Amino acid sequence: MLLGVYGLLSASFFVAMDAVDVAFTEASVGAGISTILMLTTIAITGRSELASHYRPTLALILVLIIGGLLIYGTMDMPYFGFAEAPANLHVSPRYIHDSMQEIGVPNLVTAVLASYRGFDTFGEVVVIFTAGVGVVVLLGLPGRRDENDAEIELINTSMHEQHLVVRIVSKVLIPFILLFAFYVQFHGDFGPGGGFQAGVIFASAIILYALLFGLSTARRIINQPLVQLLSGVGVLVYGSVGLVSMLNGGNFLDYSVLSSDPIAGQHLGILLIELGVGCTVASVMVIIFFKFADRKEALHYKPRETK
Amino acid sequence: MLIGLYNYWVVVALMMTGFYIVIAQGNLIKKIAGLIIFQTSVFIFYISVGKVDGATAPIVGDGFSQYSNPLPHVLILTAIVVGIATTALGLALIVRIREAYGSIEEDEIQKKDDQAC
Repeated sequence: MLLGVYGLLSASFFVAMDAVDVAFTEASVGAGISTILMLTTIAITGRSELASHYRPTLALILVLIIGGLLIYGTMDMPYFGFAEAPANLHVSPRYIHDSMQEIGVPNLVTAVLASYRGFDTFGEVVVIFTAGVGVVVLLGLPGRRDENDAEIELINTSMHEQHLVVRIVSKVLIPFILLFAFYVQFHGDFGPGGGFQAGVIFASAIILYALLFGLSTARRIINQPLVQLLSGVGVLVYGSVGLVSMLNGGNFLDYSVLSSDPIAGQHLGILLIELGVGCTVASVMVIIFFKFADRKEALHYKPRETK
Repeated sequence: MLIGLYNYWVVVALMMTGFYIVIAQGNLIKKIAGLIIFQTSVFIFYISVGKVDGATAPIVGDGFSQYSNPLPHVLILTAIVVGIATTALGLALIVRIREAYGSIEEDEIQKKDDQAC
């Protein structure tokens, strides 16, 4: 809904701010996946809302006071776009000037993400994986209801009649979205892109397919246990790269020792961990979507069973 | 010259909007929406701090000498994806709360808890 528009708007804002990598992520996350999740939750929980019977004047006053104090605090901040601002002085000149020699990757964001701050990124991938596990634990259904093939066919034919234009257009588009995800994944060293963006784009292609062709069709193509396994494999790949570099005599996640040539080692390490990141992000997003959708479907079917 | 600080003011306005929704709304889904707005305001804050006038996106190429600060981009890029994963976790909790209490309004949940005591 509005949140989707908001996501797309902030994405275009990030492009204006030179943050192309961030814009990529926000475009697919904010405008795509988060909107779908919100809508699914609203569909599960019902859209009606009780009219609140109290007036939150106190909250309004509190918010205004805090806002006023924050604005007062900005008076001492450096001006927008000021090159000598403290935030731009400490580590970033080193990233900008030395990373070409040290890492050899033109996209500075990828270099910092995967190499300089590799440990941090590893932690974040683990957080994403944990969130995925949490959603599975919270929303996982005990037993799967048997899939009735005839029923699926019925749904499919009825859906063929609706949304004909959307379905055909997206049928053409989905392969390109997937292809684009792979491009973003493997070209992340040179242009904007990388594992996080590619994972989200890949997942949104699958979600688009599931939305338009029905959950049961999508479930027949996408093997859920396999996806769950893949989300773990991604974390494993990332961690193993770190361990291998330790075994080769370097620090954890120090890719220079992976190959005789430090730059080639860095390239290899970044490629591998981006692969791990993309793997985990894509499969966690797909898992989250399917868990929410399964829940919705289970609710939908319950009344029919009790009749 | 104060106008040069407008990026922070936009951030403050967005942040306070999100904060107000979180504390003033009783509906749990609206609270999550408020949190998302709050979160985005922090993203915008970081990215706007990293922006340098006359600089280009931080991808090394011929003919460019000044780049925006890549560090905030890295932090926010991962934060967005982590944010959606944790938002999904929050929404999953709401779904379970709805199943357990039959409501996602704070007051009603509190009422049921009080009765159970």
